[in-house]
Amino acid sequence: MEHEPMTKFAYFKIYLLLMALLALTVGAVYVNLGPWNSLVAMAIAIAKALLVFLFFMHARYSARLIWIYAALAVIWIAQLIAGVLADVTMRG
Amino acid sequence: MTTHRDQKFLMSNPELSHQFETLDQQAEASSLGMWVFLVTEALFFGGLFLLYTIYRLKFPEIFMECSKLMDLRLGAINTGILLTSSLTMVFAVHSSEKAEKNSTVIWILVTMLLGIAFLSIKGFEYHQKVTEHLVPGPTFQLDSMHYREAQIFFSLYFAMTGLHALHMIVGLGVLAVIAAMASAGRFTRTYSNPVHIVGLYWHFIDIIWIFLFPLLYLIGNR
Repeated sequence: MEHEPMTKFAYFKIYLLLMALLALTVGAVYVNLGPWNSLVAMAIAIAKALLVFLFFMHARYSARLIWIYAALAVIWIAQLIAGVLADVTMRG
Repeated sequence: MTTHRDQKFLMSNPELSHQFETLDQQAEASSLGMWVFLVTEALFFGGLFLLYTIYRLKFPEIFMECSKLMDLRLGAINTGILLTSSLTMVFAVHSSEKAEKNSTVIWILVTMLLGIAFLSIKGFEYHQKVTEHLVPGPTFQLDSMHYREAQIFFSLYFAMTGLHALHMIVGLGVLAVIAAMASAGRFTRTYSNPVHIVGLYWHFIDIIWIFLFPLLYLIGNR
């Protein structure tokens, strides 16, 4: 399966993108965006995680079964947090 | 299928474990095994992310105040180091798939050095927190009326980064094993699964840090 068509240079380009996102997220801390500061920081984190997942972890070139497992990790954590928050936030 | 099985008995490829039909099937099974492990790991960290979410929603201002006590410069440098180590890790995987023994070993060693650099900086940050009396417990000191709640933030900080650091130490151990395997010439063009799955583990640790960094260092603005 791991017939990865990526070259070292292609990996390096992904790396540059990751470093640019790091610079962006650190720079955003010095701008007052109110509640948007945290949302921007989390959006950039998700973008970085997706780049690592898709290209460095070769998910893009992996079997569907691996996608199902990766999706399960996200779904279960979301369910864990959403389920508990539904209780915690609704208490008097 | 029988042809594969016949071939297997005839040639008995030492790279192919007897329970698999083909090398591709073996590679897919080892990747999937690592992914299943990573799902359990994600849920292991998930418990801490859940606690963090509950307390951050309960004390949003205090978390913001505490986040400003984090050393942003060191946190950003460490994020850069870890992202760089992910690049050197994919280079190691890339080299091992081409059976380039020397460059595989070198890239694994560079990845390990970056991992050690990350842990050293983390250790220095922990030391800073000790001298600044920001370790939760009887020695905790903070000029704030919310110093009790602030200890929740710092407890989560040490628990989350501590569990992450523990994973990096384990990562360094498995990297040392595959570096030894690589230098012994164990990997070929058709067999490099161990390097590949250790790479998956290393990138997973990177992804955990990618989320820890904004959650701990980047709340609000400075």
